[in-house]
Amino acid sequence: MDLKLSERYEDYREAVRVFLEEHRSVWRQPMADSDGRPSAAGRSWQALLIEHGYTCRTIPKQYGGHGGKADILESFIAAEEFHRVGAPTGLANQGISMFVPTLLECGTPEQKERWIRPTISGEIVWCQGYSEPGAGSDLANLQTRAVEDGEDFVVNGQKIWTSSAHFSDMMFVLVRTEPEAPKHHGISYLILSMDTPGIEVRPLKTMTGRAEFNEVFFTDVRLPKTQIVGERGAGWQVANTTLKHERGMLGDPGQANAMLGRVVAIMEEETLDGVRLIEHSGLQDRLLRLQARAQAMKLHGLRLLTHGLKGEDAGVARLIVKLNGTILNHEIAAFAIDVLGELGALYEDSPHLKDRGFWQTTHMFSLGLIIGGGTSQIQKNIISERGLGMPREPKPASKGA
Amino acid sequence: MEFGLSDEQRMLAESVRRFADQNVDAERLKALADAGETADTGLVEGLAGLGTLGIVTPEGAGGSAMTLLDACLVQQALGRNAVPAPFTASAILAPIALAAAASGGDWLPRLAAGEARIGVGLSEAAGRRAGTGIELDGERASGTARFVLDGVGADAWMLTTTDGGLILVDADAAGATCVALTTIDRTRSFAEITLKRAPVTLLMQPGADPTLLPRLLAAGRTALAFDSLGACERMLERAVAYAQERKQFGRVIGSFQAVKHLCAEMAADLEPCHSLCWYAAYAAAAYPEEFELMACHAKAHMGEVGQFVARTATEVHGGMGFTHEMGLHYFFKRIGVNRQLLGNPDQVRQHAAALQGWRRAG
Ligand SMILES: Cc1cc2nc3c(=O)[nH]c(=O)nc-3n(C[C@H](O)[C@H](O)[C@H](O)COP(=O)(O)OP(=O)(O)OC[C@H]3O[C@@H](n4cnc5c(N)ncnc54)[C@H](O)[C@@H]3O)c2cc1C
Repeated sequence: MDLKLSERYEDYREAVRVFLEEHRSVWRQPMADSDGRPSAAGRSWQALLIEHGYTCRTIPKQYGGHGGKADILESFIAAEEFHRVGAPTGLANQGISMFVPTLLECGTPEQKERWIRPTISGEIVWCQGYSEPGAGSDLANLQTRAVEDGEDFVVNGQKIWTSSAHFSDMMFVLVRTEPEAPKHHGISYLILSMDTPGIEVRPLKTMTGRAEFNEVFFTDVRLPKTQIVGERGAGWQVANTTLKHERGMLGDPGQANAMLGRVVAIMEEETLDGVRLIEHSGLQDRLLRLQARAQAMKLHGLRLLTHGLKGEDAGVARLIVKLNGTILNHEIAAFAIDVLGELGALYEDSPHLKDRGFWQTTHMFSLGLIIGGGTSQIQKNIISERGLGMPREPKPASKGA
Repeated sequence: MEFGLSDEQRMLAESVRRFADQNVDAERLKALADAGETADTGLVEGLAGLGTLGIVTPEGAGGSAMTLLDACLVQQALGRNAVPAPFTASAILAPIALAAAASGGDWLPRLAAGEARIGVGLSEAAGRRAGTGIELDGERASGTARFVLDGVGADAWMLTTTDGGLILVDADAAGATCVALTTIDRTRSFAEITLKRAPVTLLMQPGADPTLLPRLLAAGRTALAFDSLGACERMLERAVAYAQERKQFGRVIGSFQAVKHLCAEMAADLEPCHSLCWYAAYAAAAYPEEFELMACHAKAHMGEVGQFVARTATEVHGGMGFTHEMGLHYFFKRIGVNRQLLGNPDQVRQHAAALQGWRRAG
């Protein structure tokens, strides 16, 4: 047990601070344009982050990355400093956080050459075409079909809940190529351009009232056979490398503590009947419960980090992060709404709206994160089966299995 | 940067765990606890032999001068088996206070050797109920202290006074009486000590060391959190194991998702508690300015998680869990008592609020 950082890392922290201070004018600008795509400032910020290794750190230089060695402690320190001042940690979309890592593991040299640089720079935006109306938690049940025709694949079917599809250039998509094979073995991982004829994107409004995800329909959509990642029929394994990256991304404890800090600031400032909310015993009690949980998750993160530094598998300790982290974030937002009381009911451009509606949006959006990326129930299946060694669900007799 | 237990700490915990497994199996626990035997000499000797009773005691006084975290890892291992032996008071709280007071006489080496025991009463410092409190009058004291931890059969009691002092009373002092308080937990003893102008040793003058009582209270809260952590770990393990043996509807109940999810929820709640407890104990020496608050968080949070795990692990066992025979109830009760001792979660959170300057004056 020793939380002190060696001098080298203290120097690193100092360098991050200096960097953030120096470029404040860049990161204080909006990172996205009104259509959702990265803004010019967002791309400049991303370029600076890559140059200094604060994002895309281990991606080779030849693909436009920083080309550095992994150092999870440095990455952790950088994340802490970014959170502390509220600086954006770089472009975060499914292309960068999910597709690129998958391509690095499973892609051909040509694919890496072609796609990684424009993706991480923010020039090309990707969406993730996995879920279908009949395939959510049971993703392997997906039915969108691709058949070979000469040099092409021809895709027919439908995806749903596809975040960002309405402003994306490209999609990585799971399709069934071997309908006769057992369900996990007949899937392929394809990449296609969103302006290919036969693709129709219909935005779906989420509960926040904004169009954040979409339905995507495919009618005889043609793409060259070279646009497959991994082997034909091996898409499930390829997709799993991506899901692994997604789960690592969700449930960040730094966010929980940062949000709590903001709630405390509101409670110290706002009054009810002349008494500061922070002195209201009921709210205080709830705040302290959340504070303990957020502290526990932050320290849990340090424990996992230590396992990582030693190259150890943290076992069940790692498997609980998505479940706990997303629920905690949602409950903190729900608490903030209670702190605001009737003001917490305001929305859109109402007078008296606090923090430009951050809490209202976060309260709803964080619920989406509990569901997306594997629901809480699926997480509990994973914890009990892989973490505690309990029996798997009995499989229904399935054809060919 | 390393946030985890050292190899030495893992070995220490492992050795106490092994000792507890060998000496306090289900049968022995039942025999001792049902008889209310909370200071079995064999166990006390064994713990002394492992060097655990002098774990925080300075080296010059017969101890090994280890940290609160080390002591708490022992406490956790004792909680795992609901070991019916005095530890928290004699091996953690009393030595910390005696070492700080520098007027502990020859108590320290005797405690470390397991030759003497001190019961510790901090309940009034955590929150005073009507009818309790000890007033000091020169070198004599009068009043009542309740829930004196490991107090029955102790050689002396360490108690707080209403004005913030700390005293030591010999068990055979004139005017001192001890009444055993029967709690639901039969694995530890609790006493009510009443003093009528009893002669006492003043360990700390009121206000002489304003940090001592807060530190002691924080150490006690942290130790109790670790005790519950150990007991919860064991309850979850037992629930998972039972769920893989017991069959209903032609399959093991652990294959029912409802049961699996109860276990997953227990694990998800419990895992981060390790880190929270570790940090609280570590802060005692490394970050003293954070110690009190972190001890509050650990105690309150562990109280809540403990209640959930104690109930849920029992439910997973069905009617069996509710029986005396199964012995799960010893853990349920130990966790339940830990929750109330030195301030239950609601009280402790109020304290945490005050520490952060969030309590209204008056
Ligand atoms: C904000 C948001 C963004 C998303 N973005 C994308 C995206 O970009 N691309 C994409 O492909 N998908 C995306 N999704 C889809 C997401 O992956 C699915 O919603 C999720 O996997 C759940 O699937 P479902 O919606 O079909 O719910 P269902 O699977 O129908 O689940 C409904 C309920 O049943 C429960 N349930 C299902 N199976 C089990 C089981 N075996 N055991 C116990 N309970 C079970 C679930 O936990 C849930 O409570 C997004 C979702 C959200 C909310």
